[in-house]
This record gives sequence, C-alpha cells and structure tokens, in this order.
Amino acid sequence: MNKGMMKYIGKRLAISAATLFVIILVLFLMLKLMPGTPFNDEKLTEAQLAVLMAKYGLDKPIMVQFWNYLRNMLTGDFGVSYVINKNMNISQLVGSAMGISFRLGVMATILGTVIGILLGIVAALNKNTWIDSVSTIISVIGVSIPSFVFALLLVYLLGARWRLFPTQYSSSKPFTSSIIPVIALSMSVIANVARFTRTEMISVLGSDYMILAKAKGLDQRTLIFKHALRNSLIPVITILGPIMVNIMTGTMVVEKICGIPGLGKLLISSIQQNDYNVTLACSFLYAVMYIIIVLVIDVLYGIIDPRIRLGKGD
Amino acid sequence: MAEREKILEIKDLRISFKTTNGTVNAIRGVNLELHKGETIAIVGESGSGKSVTTKAVMGIMASNATIDSGEINYVWYDEDTGERNERDLTKMSESEMGKIIRGRKIAMVFQDPMTSLNPTMTIGKQIMEPMIYHYGKSKEEAHAKALELLQLVGITNAEDRMNNYPHQLSGGMRQRVVIAIALSCDPYVLICDEPTTALDVTIQAKILELIKDIQSKKDLSVIYITHDLGVVAKVADFVNVMYAGKIVERGTIEEVFYDPRHPYTWGLLSAMPDLSTNDPELYTIPGAPPNLAYEIKGDAFAPRNQFALNIDKRIDPPLFPVPGSDTHLCASWLMHEKAPKVEMPESLQRRIANMKKEAGIE
Repeated sequence: MNKGMMKYIGKRLAISAATLFVIILVLFLMLKLMPGTPFNDEKLTEAQLAVLMAKYGLDKPIMVQFWNYLRNMLTGDFGVSYVINKNMNISQLVGSAMGISFRLGVMATILGTVIGILLGIVAALNKNTWIDSVSTIISVIGVSIPSFVFALLLVYLLGARWRLFPTQYSSSKPFTSSIIPVIALSMSVIANVARFTRTEMISVLGSDYMILAKAKGLDQRTLIFKHALRNSLIPVITILGPIMVNIMTGTMVVEKICGIPGLGKLLISSIQQNDYNVTLACSFLYAVMYIIIVLVIDVLYGIIDPRIRLGKGD
Repeated sequence: MAEREKILEIKDLRISFKTTNGTVNAIRGVNLELHKGETIAIVGESGSGKSVTTKAVMGIMASNATIDSGEINYVWYDEDTGERNERDLTKMSESEMGKIIRGRKIAMVFQDPMTSLNPTMTIGKQIMEPMIYHYGKSKEEAHAKALELLQLVGITNAEDRMNNYPHQLSGGMRQRVVIAIALSCDPYVLICDEPTTALDVTIQAKILELIKDIQSKKDLSVIYITHDLGVVAKVADFVNVMYAGKIVERGTIEEVFYDPRHPYTWGLLSAMPDLSTNDPELYTIPGAPPNLAYEIKGDAFAPRNQFALNIDKRIDPPLFPVPGSDTHLCASWLMHEKAPKVEMPESLQRRIANMKKEAGIE
C-alpha cells in the first residue's frame, strides 16, 4: 500500500460521505411527502395525535426535523421505531436484521464466486466441447431463473421432500437453516461469474503474452495459474460489486420464503406502516453497503491490476 | 566458412489448418537449414507461412494446426556430458518440447512488445521465471542473472526496472525485455518474428544492432522472420524467400540481392522503396497471393508472374541449384536447362547496379 493508494482511498471516502448526505436528504424528504402518519389507530383523537406528533418532534418544520435527525444520526442514534416494535431503539432493531442479511449475502457471494470461477475456467479450457455446453446451460439457467424460484424449489426438494435441511430459518440452527437460501441466492452469482470468467479466460489464453509464456517452455498448469488466471479475474472483480449489491437487495423475496428476519423483510413492513425511522435506517444501510462494496471492489481492483495501482507511465 | 555445423534442418514440412472454410494448406513443403552461429532470414508477404514455420519449430502452433508431414531435425549437445543429440521436433511430445526445447534450446522474440508481456507481472519476475522453472535456480541467482541480462540488452537502472510492470516501459524497452526473457535460459537458437515491425525506425536499428551484438557474444544462431528486405540486408547471412507456403529462392545475401533468379524475388526487390530512381511510381507485384484453401496446380506464383511458362501452370517447379554456387537455389522452371533465357527487368538491373555501387562492389 503506497502513498498514492492512500490518497486515492481518502478521496473516495470523501466522495462517499458526500453521496451519503445527499441520499439521506432525498430519502428524508421523500418519506415526509408520503401520505399518512405512523399513528394509524382510528381511535386517536386530533388532540392525542398532536401530542404524539409533538412527542416525536414530527410537528416541527421539515428542515428542522432533518437537522435533528442528522445530528442524532452522527452520534449513532437513529431514533426509535414508532410502529413495528414500539419505542425500540432502531440501531438494535436494524442491527440484528442486517447481521442476518449480510451473513447470507456474503456466504452466497463467496460460494457463487468460487463455483462460478471454477466452472468458467473449466469451460474455457474445454472450449467447444460438451463440458463447455454443460457450463453454458448452467449459466443460462442461473441467469434466467430468479432466486426465489430456486428458493421455492429447494425448499420443496431439499426441505420438504428429502428433509435434508430445515425449510425455515431458525436462530437456533443458523448454519443448516441458511443452506437453502444461500444456495438459492448464489445461483445467479455462479451463472454470471462463470460466463464472465469463461469469456475472459478464453481471450487471455489467446493473447500474445500467453504465447510468449508458452514459448518459455512452461507447463500447462503454470501457464494457467500463474499467467492466465490473474489476468482473467481482473474484469471478473468488476462485476462482483454489482452482484453483491444485487444479492443484498434481492434477498427480500427469498427472506420472505425462508422466513428470515432480515433487512429486506424489515424494510418492506416499515414502508407499509409508515415507520419513518426504520425505513430511513434500512435504506441508509443499503446505501452504505453499496458504497462500501463499490469502494472495496475498486481498491481490490487496484491491488490486482498494477496498471490502475500505479497509473500510466512512471 | 569451414566447418559449418548444421543445427536445425526442416525437411519438406507440410502444415495445414482446419478452418470453418475447409482445410488450408499453409505450409506446402518447406526446406530450411540453419547452421551454428549464422543468421538466416525468411522473407515473404503476409500469409506466406513465415511465422507458422517457426511456430512449428517451437511447438506453439494454434490448436487447429496439424503437421501433415516432414521433419524438423534439431541437434544439440548435452550440457553436462557433451553428448550429441539429434531429434525430430515434430515427433516430440508436448511435455518434452516444454521441458527440453522451448525456451531452453530455442527461444523466440515476438512481433509486438506492447502485448507480449504479461501486464500483471513485474518484468523482473518474467525474466526470472524460465530460469527458476527450467534450471531450478534460487531467487537470488535468477535475480542476479536477470539484472545482468537487462544490462546486456541495454536497459539502464536495471535494478529499478526489475520491479516495473510492462506498462511502465516504452515499446523499445519492452522489446529489450522480451529479448532478455528469450536469452534467460541461454538458448542456442533465437527466432525473431518480425522483432522490429511494431517499433519506430530509430528504435528498429538499435534492436537489430542489439540482437547482432548478442549473437556474436553468445554464438547464437538466429532466424529472422520479416517482410522488410532492408532488415534482411542488415542482419542475415542467408535469405529464404517464401511464397504461398514454400521456399522459392534461397541463397546468401549477395546472391539473392545482387543475382536474384526467381521472378517473385525480382518483384520483391523491385517493390522496395528506393531513393535513387526517378520512377514516379513504386512497383507492386500484380494480383494477390493464392487462397491456400484450394489446391494449387503448378507454380503458385504463376498467375502473377509475367514470365510464367506453360509448364508452370501444370507442374510445381523443384528447387534448382543455381549454376556456379552451392548455396543458391531457386524454385522456378526458368532455371531449367531447356527454359528460354529470361533476364530480370531492366529497371531492377539498374537498381542492383546502384546497390552494388553503394556497397562498393565492382
């Protein structure tokens, strides 16, 4: 890690902070423009409602509310839940939900990437043979069938039919009950990564520097693992960012199917019930995750590819 | 030229490519000889099969290429025992080629230095790799030798450069690195596949000088592939003119440049840009090379040859020895004793006379 790299990361962090500020502002304003209040009880009188609004500071002008929210947020206070879990601290509520979602997402990404890369390499090395065709078929299936269909299938087959794994998530068996959603979520990752790796690998294998490496007299294994793999994986890393984000946001339905108390489930119910603070916190977290993932991918890209790390020329 | 030792001999090599448009017979019976310490050049236009021939020697042909017949005999002496080995490279297995020949005995310098280095590996590592791989050298030994090589190929600040990535070097520097890689395992034969085509003219001369210099220092035999006759004249001892997958004329530089016999060689020499003529137009050989996906009857050059005889359309001419020389060969029926006397075009005669004058001959 050199000085240029630190400067680059610093710059990216500053831009990220600015982006987050804009995101919060837009989210906050949009939520305030939504019809209704968090307090939907028909028995509430006008006066009682006014008292409630005053209690949570919802009677003040919007910009004042925003300022208060921002100030509290910087101290780590995201307010309390109005509806879903009355007066529960949001950091607590969202924190536990996010932990589960995040763990599932990371597991699915790792599983999908590893299998996808292997599949892609095998396909590229056996280009235009039946192995390649099988890999292509797997990829097409993975890309075209949504993860919740896989989730349903797996719940039916592995869960209900063969009873290998539990169909519903339970916190007492966090690993075995995560297997079905993780496999379901990783299918699209496998498909995307495999297709990408195959294409990249084939183009790298045909490149001039591979011919030169071969002319050195190296064996096939050295050629592939030392020369081809790294160069083929650089572009694959770029698609990992969007893929991870996709998984994070795409878990909602799968979370519903497998009964996972994750971030997606929480976000949806908070929107339905006008639980402003929960919605805000969930969306904010998604934004933060997105930005972190993109940042990490960019930094990783720089580490692997010296052309980006060192810049053009010297 | 006493005691010339033949170290590489290609005999009647035939190579074909399977493509979606059918089989392409790219190499149709090539014969070549390379002697120790000498430089031969293979010249010819694009698609004539120059690169394919040398890639066959290295065993790095494209996967759809097959050697149909012929031999590539290579002679070497064991590094420890000094025992003489002679093997037909076309019969060697892929792993044997990698272990014994490629990189170690025969190394190659490629055409485009911009793309022939691994972009994600430091140049130091790329030079050290074959030494460590083939000779099991320690990192320190390999590092020291790599430094030496970088200095040999004229790279300043070699120590710093070792840690550079290819994109940090200019084209000429990269070609020097490619040469250093080729030399890393002390090969006996260096194949240079258009080593200067992708470089600008000032660098070209320097790289050619460098290869020549290293050749004399290390007693290398060099095969140049080029379409640039200027390069040939500068570096080679012998020239092989290739057309449509065959050698059509072979001889020493003097023989081929000052006494060319094949009409194709005449065309090539006439097409060379020249400052001394007043001709407003540069000569080009009419027509285009034949499509090798179809069978060729007779001499492949006949349709473009204004001097073609009737027999050229029916029977492919063999390599005739040129009278008065034991090195000059020419595959043209014009060389046959019964052929009508045909002189080379007058403009070319004048040109050659000029060249001779410039070179100070006669």
